[in-house]
Amino acid sequence: MRAMTYRGPYRVQVENKDVPAIEHPNDAIIRVTLAAICGSDLHLYHGMMPDTRVGTTFGHEFIGVVEQVGSSVQNLSPGDRVMVPFNVYCGSCYFCSRGLFSNCHNVNPNATAVGGIYGYSHTCGGYDGGQAEFVRVPFADVGPSVIPDWMGDEDALMCTDALATGYFGAQLGEIVEGDTVVVFGAGPVGLYAAKSAWFMGAGRVIVVDQLEYRLEKARSFAHAETVNFTEFDDVVVHLKRTTDGLGADVVIDAVGAEADGNFIQHVTATKLKLQGGSPVALNWAIDGVRKGGTVSVVGAYGPIFSAVKFGDALNKGLTLRMNQAPVKRQWPRLFEHIRNGHLTPSDIVTHRFPLEDVAEAYHVFSAKLDGCIKPVIVP
Amino acid sequence: MSPADDRIPVYTSAAPPTSSPDELRARIPGWGVDLDLADRPSHPKEQFIPTGAHWDFPERQSEDRPRERSIEHQMLTPVFGTTAPLHGLSGVIRRFAYARFSEARAAHWLLLMAGDRVEVVESRVQSLAAGRPDNPIIETGVKAEAAHDGYAARRDSNRSDVRHQWLDPIIVGWPWLVAGGIGVIALRALRLRRRRS
Ligand SMILES: [Zn+2]
Ligand SMILES: [Zn+2]
Repeated sequence: MRAMTYRGPYRVQVENKDVPAIEHPNDAIIRVTLAAICGSDLHLYHGMMPDTRVGTTFGHEFIGVVEQVGSSVQNLSPGDRVMVPFNVYCGSCYFCSRGLFSNCHNVNPNATAVGGIYGYSHTCGGYDGGQAEFVRVPFADVGPSVIPDWMGDEDALMCTDALATGYFGAQLGEIVEGDTVVVFGAGPVGLYAAKSAWFMGAGRVIVVDQLEYRLEKARSFAHAETVNFTEFDDVVVHLKRTTDGLGADVVIDAVGAEADGNFIQHVTATKLKLQGGSPVALNWAIDGVRKGGTVSVVGAYGPIFSAVKFGDALNKGLTLRMNQAPVKRQWPRLFEHIRNGHLTPSDIVTHRFPLEDVAEAYHVFSAKLDGCIKPVIVP
Repeated sequence: MSPADDRIPVYTSAAPPTSSPDELRARIPGWGVDLDLADRPSHPKEQFIPTGAHWDFPERQSEDRPRERSIEHQMLTPVFGTTAPLHGLSGVIRRFAYARFSEARAAHWLLLMAGDRVEVVESRVQSLAAGRPDNPIIETGVKAEAAHDGYAARRDSNRSDVRHQWLDPIIVGWPWLVAGGIGVIALRALRLRRRRS
């Protein structure tokens, strides 16, 4: 089969690989019909995630058709059109049985501090991802769901991570009616988080980014006020000014490891890879939120230490909430919102690339060319 | 002055005003539909939700070759990824990182990062030896700069990545510069020794 493979930082190509086999009785093999590149794939692409091996296939956002199932699979059959959450999880361990699907203990031998994720390095279990013609899906009775008949392919694809994560980010903010919510990052997750903040009753939603075309999307798609941080010497002071000196009630970090805007952090984290991520957005969140407020983190960080301003968080009495989204928990409610027309997830898809052009797709997305917000890969 | 202008926020108990719920409901599709915490799917954080699992402990996937694992795990997890098994010098470094250091230790992660860099060099040499050298033009996707007008994306832009772009060649190129420098010094030393003998 054809599959995207990693060759080293900033380098990927399409190669011939063996079609994956059933390795466990509850495995399924899925023929991928659509995959997406995620902002967090860029952390892998830039060589920031420890134990990212040459020859592995990325892609934790994909939908497809069931090709083959293992002997113990009861809920899926060949031919089913399915969406697969980015989490690999067993459904029965201590954590899964408490709903913490993204923190499963049975699927990632490489680390106990993170669950399993498709195509996300050996630090997340060493699974190949879905930017390929076929992919192995473990625990087929647990993760995948049959896509509802009424749902479009790109809408379903967005539910496998970005939409679920964005909604989850807003939810971690514990928004109450009338709250002022600031979202750092106008990528897919930030756009969905801003949109979801309104569902939870926010009184004001402000999105911060540096790319004008993405801020435009934040205004049109998420009805948000926008701030381009490159226009301000100190964006925290600006955020305080627009909130009467108080700061926001809730701040959501939807940026993660590659936050730009601070030279030292950029060089030590993004370039030299001596931090688990450049916590510029997180530090702005800690300083921009009001005392007693909540910071929600859904941007991805690596396992190495990051230079976070913890003293400010302590002295301000903040609540810090974070996790990888337990995607499937979000689905029933999100499906209702899509069906009721409260949002159309596929509105943010800007680019569609054939699998053969995956290297160019990564370059366009990484370098933020051509107004790219969400690129989709068609195998 | 209206009462609103009299507010001294932060220094009194006044909170900054926001739009009314009615105004927001009229302007924003779906405003307030999840006001009630009970409608938010991950609330409370820990709760039992049926998962479809029909086992208490899953059957174990067979371990066809020794599989590295975190020393914080008490056993090999019943299911694991099998892509890209350890090999070569990078494999030795990575295996050591897993065998010796827990996830709590910086050495664990820094060794894994070192293994990543070593493996890239290994794979370049391998593909060269196999007669299929890496093609940086194809692998970096740089052709997209023309097809998707990379110049336009950066022109008249305040993007901070554009402002520190000058750093990229230095960061990417320093190992080559250092290696080149060492080569030059070694050659000179060799020549010097020949002249003396
Ligand atoms: Zn993702
Ligand atoms: Zn589990």
